Amino acid sequence: MARPNSEAELADLIRGANAPFSVRGGNTRGLSQDGGEALETGGLSGIHLYEPGGLTLVAGAGTPIEDIDALLAEKAQRLAFEPMDHRALLGTSGTPTLGGIAAANISGPRRIQAGAARDHMLGVRFVTGAGDIVKNGGRVMKNVTGYDLVKLMAGSHGTLGVLTEISLKVQAIPETEATLILRAQDMATAITDLTRAMGTPFDVSGAAWLSGTATGGPAERRIRVEGLSGSVSYRARKLTDLLGADAVVEGADSAALWQQTRDVAPFADKPGAVWKISTRPTAAATFCDALLASGLDHSVIADWSGGLLWLLTDDTGDAGAQAIRQQVATHGGHATLVRASNNTRKSVPIFQPQPAAIEKLTAGLRAKFDPKGLFNPGLMEIPA
Amino acid sequence: MQMPVPDPKVLKNKDALVAALKQVLPDDAVISDPMETRAYECDALTAYRCPPMIAVLPSTTQEVSDVLRLCHKFGAPVVPRGAGTSLAGGALPTADSVILGVARMNAVLETNYDDRFIRVQTGMTNLSVTGAVEGDDFFYAPDPSSQLACAIAGNIAMNSGGAHCLKYGVTTNNLLGVTMVMMDGEVVEIGGPYLGSGGLDLLGLICGSEGQLGVVTEATLRILPKPEGARPVLMGFDSNEVAGACVRDIIEAGVLPVAIEFMDRPCIEATEAFAGAGYPDCEALLIVEVEGSDTEIDEQLTVIKSIAQRHNPVELRESRSAEESGRIWLGRKSAFGAMGQINDYICLDGTIPVSELPTVLRRMGELSDEFGLKVANVFHAGDGNLHPLILFNANAEGQLETCEAMGAEILKLCVEVGGCLTGEHGVGVEKRDLMSHQYAPEDLEAQLAVKDVFDPAWLLNPSKVFPLATTEPRRSA
Repeated sequence: MARPNSEAELADLIRGANAPFSVRGGNTRGLSQDGGEALETGGLSGIHLYEPGGLTLVAGAGTPIEDIDALLAEKAQRLAFEPMDHRALLGTSGTPTLGGIAAANISGPRRIQAGAARDHMLGVRFVTGAGDIVKNGGRVMKNVTGYDLVKLMAGSHGTLGVLTEISLKVQAIPETEATLILRAQDMATAITDLTRAMGTPFDVSGAAWLSGTATGGPAERRIRVEGLSGSVSYRARKLTDLLGADAVVEGADSAALWQQTRDVAPFADKPGAVWKISTRPTAAATFCDALLASGLDHSVIADWSGGLLWLLTDDTGDAGAQAIRQQVATHGGHATLVRASNNTRKSVPIFQPQPAAIEKLTAGLRAKFDPKGLFNPGLMEIPA
Repeated sequence: MQMPVPDPKVLKNKDALVAALKQVLPDDAVISDPMETRAYECDALTAYRCPPMIAVLPSTTQEVSDVLRLCHKFGAPVVPRGAGTSLAGGALPTADSVILGVARMNAVLETNYDDRFIRVQTGMTNLSVTGAVEGDDFFYAPDPSSQLACAIAGNIAMNSGGAHCLKYGVTTNNLLGVTMVMMDGEVVEIGGPYLGSGGLDLLGLICGSEGQLGVVTEATLRILPKPEGARPVLMGFDSNEVAGACVRDIIEAGVLPVAIEFMDRPCIEATEAFAGAGYPDCEALLIVEVEGSDTEIDEQLTVIKSIAQRHNPVELRESRSAEESGRIWLGRKSAFGAMGQINDYICLDGTIPVSELPTVLRRMGELSDEFGLKVANVFHAGDGNLHPLILFNANAEGQLETCEAMGAEILKLCVEVGGCLTGEHGVGVEKRDLMSHQYAPEDLEAQLAVKDVFDPAWLLNPSKVFPLATTEPRRSA
């Protein structure tokens, strides 16, 4: 295992390397490749700058996310994109890092209101497969100086370079939050409610529906608002008038519900494969109905007002890959296999197969940024 | 402004290219008469002009594809053009280039309120996108000052911002998908009316690439429900430092206004003389706007006003009516016009960390004395995006050059304090040669490598963004 302690050391290592690496932060997200020496970024840790008044934080890629959360909490700030913790779902045990979140563009329920990790990344430093140290972006809120390689690196899963440092935009924690709960709605009705909620001026920051098979009880529709206390009660009241609610929970109780949603906790202790699907919210119910009609039994957690579907399927055969990707082709979007046995992962494309023209651009970028094919070979590619 | 020498081979084949273009476009969509191509000789950076060899005005993605395929075959450089409002010379032609204008592509293709998106052809103006959905109480958030005229195509090329992006983000945060034509004519679909990407984030890479990677013909944009209301408060302070500290405290307090605009004394005086908005006589002025229902606005402004009071404002005026709100915004919105009336000016666009505001404003004053040119500041303070206006007289020999030299010093200062050359206008030709102040050779090489992949022949808007010497081997290969 390689664990460089500085950016320069990492660059030297890569310049001298001829065999592939499996690049990882805390290795909690289950994406490390079988082939290749483990290359950990844990040695590139530490918060380099924090300006609460400028809402900016700069830290090494290997910095544990819990350190960042703790520092931000001292100033009543947070990461607005609410990154998921994959450990319970995947049964992994490492320490999630900032670099892992950036490289996989990990976001949570608030993504529909506040944006994804990539929308809060202001700058990056990384080492290319040629061993060059590259910086892009910076630590300011608005920056259109040259190409936006920050976005390219976000979600590239270490295939284009090893992130060494990331600048982030952070957010003040609102005074309070409230969640409207409505139980026992069917999926189609619930999703209609959620999209209606997103179409109101009430600044909804979470809109999810958990099926009965996920909750182990009645299905549950959740709608969150955050802000100053007067405003939160005003908006919760308006939304209740509009869409109904069995209960409205506030503060820590509300936060706990969204941590559970964020981490897909209801699937953590259930066996099976887990898919993450992004599609149009209004297609979500049709999407799932069509899967049932084709014989693919599953359990659903719908987040992002239906635009994000977490599906639990039997981990047999292709774990539903063909049926799911058929629906993706029909409705638009993409499906990623987040959890499955090694056998399934070897036979099913984990990432959404891309059209030929996009594949060509992707392969071209990988060849430019990683000419020796050192980084995570096979990842984000169709299995041979 | 140095531009590449026109390629004689391309110029020699002009007639053949015109004939080929007329095979794939209606006759009136191919402009080759030198009297008529002059209409495309510049964008809003009017100091530099050069008529293109040909201008084409396709109406469909297929026509764009046909045009690019032919230009690729003829080796003719292509300069994509939205509405020609770039302040950075993003649409400045070269004499051997084909201007590809998207002005005729201005249809709404699909509107979906439940999924909160609109799909449009990219020749639509920014404001007309909001116009298409505001009857249903929705809007498109990015709002560059030129929104009445500027096209979505240019917004995507430059990743445009606006006054309200403090809350809603810039173009890249509101762009869901594109239909893009590659230089060889291939049409690609990237993203769509859903979130994220199943592979690399090519959408994020394309947004802000200044028309160098492909021509975006259709775009899927996020639309948002309109807030119930909005209200500005005006604050005057007796120093830039105090105003800057007030901005910082508001942001740190966790109340996120939709806009925090800053004007300094030279700008206040000029706009007062021009628009008579009734601004106080002070060193620095902030306009802070919040949104929501009346009671929500009251709640937010209570917090914001109490922060402002701690900084001893010389004036603190909350709007009590739509008319008063209009007056508070009047001066800010007429600032550029006011400046234009008293002088020629160039408008810079550097961004700095908010904490560096007092230092940068002070240093800018020193540069103003050193170069003998006045600077007025009006900018988006919440996100540190400065718009210093350097005033000069275009008719006085050498003043444009002095003004540009001073602008370059200000932008270098922005980079020195941890900021960047451009926050929302783009690099274009204007800041091309300053790129090496912000980026090391390896940093630029990584960006050039991206263009190599998308446009191996280096024909799309090739003389922009990067220092010419850096791109020369690629352009002439």
